[in-house]
Amino acid sequence: MSGVYQPLTIGFGAMSAIVATYVIHRMNVVDEDRVPLALHPVRMLQYWVWLMVEIAKSNIAVTKIILARDMPIRQNFFTAPCTEKTELAQVIFANSITLTPGTITVETEDDHFWVHALAYSADDPDALMDMDARVLAVETGGRA
Amino acid sequence: MSLFVDILSWACILGGGFFTIIGAVGTLRFPDFWSRLHAVSVSDSAGMLLFILGMCLQAGLTLVTLKLVLIGIFLFITGPTATHAVANAALVTGLRPPIANDIEPEVEGGA
Repeated sequence: MSGVYQPLTIGFGAMSAIVATYVIHRMNVVDEDRVPLALHPVRMLQYWVWLMVEIAKSNIAVTKIILARDMPIRQNFFTAPCTEKTELAQVIFANSITLTPGTITVETEDDHFWVHALAYSADDPDALMDMDARVLAVETGGRA
Repeated sequence: MSLFVDILSWACILGGGFFTIIGAVGTLRFPDFWSRLHAVSVSDSAGMLLFILGMCLQAGLTLVTLKLVLIGIFLFITGPTATHAVANAALVTGLRPPIANDIEPEVEGGA
């Protein structure tokens, strides 16, 4: 990836890859349960685009709060239901919540997350349920 | 054409700088630990993404852009994970988030 393709450099890369693989093999740490990549690719792309728009919107909202003279903070700590089945989809959902400024996933349990919000409004849980439904659509390939 | 790309990339870089500074200002202005976490996530998401996008436009279609995109993807995944780790550690050690006076608190038991 450095644009240098001399045999020595490539050799070093190949050597370290082989050594790393050997060490990991010796350590026996590759666990048996493979993680199947069971995500719907088209839905994933749609979700990314939607997530980018959400991030932009909440960034502007938090920026306004920071720059406002009296900083209208209204903190709350609440649960958000999580309907995803696989761990991967749950991680995507939790990371999406944290990635949008203004909300942070603090604690994850089996079927719900504890979310901390900076400026809580009454329709925040509904927005999170909407995000949850979209991640579920990515997981199963159904309609959002 | 190159002028157009230059203008676009500088707009991205300046925007990234703006949001990074906003994140720093918010970290200083906000009253407590939990709200400060939110301020940092502004520079973490908008600042980082705009910086990387602007630098990609400067570099054009080269290996540098590929590396920048990879850095962006890794930061995109590890950033919120790190924030979550910090928040979770605070909760586990017993730092309860303050809740606004006019909101009914939900039952404690998250940790």
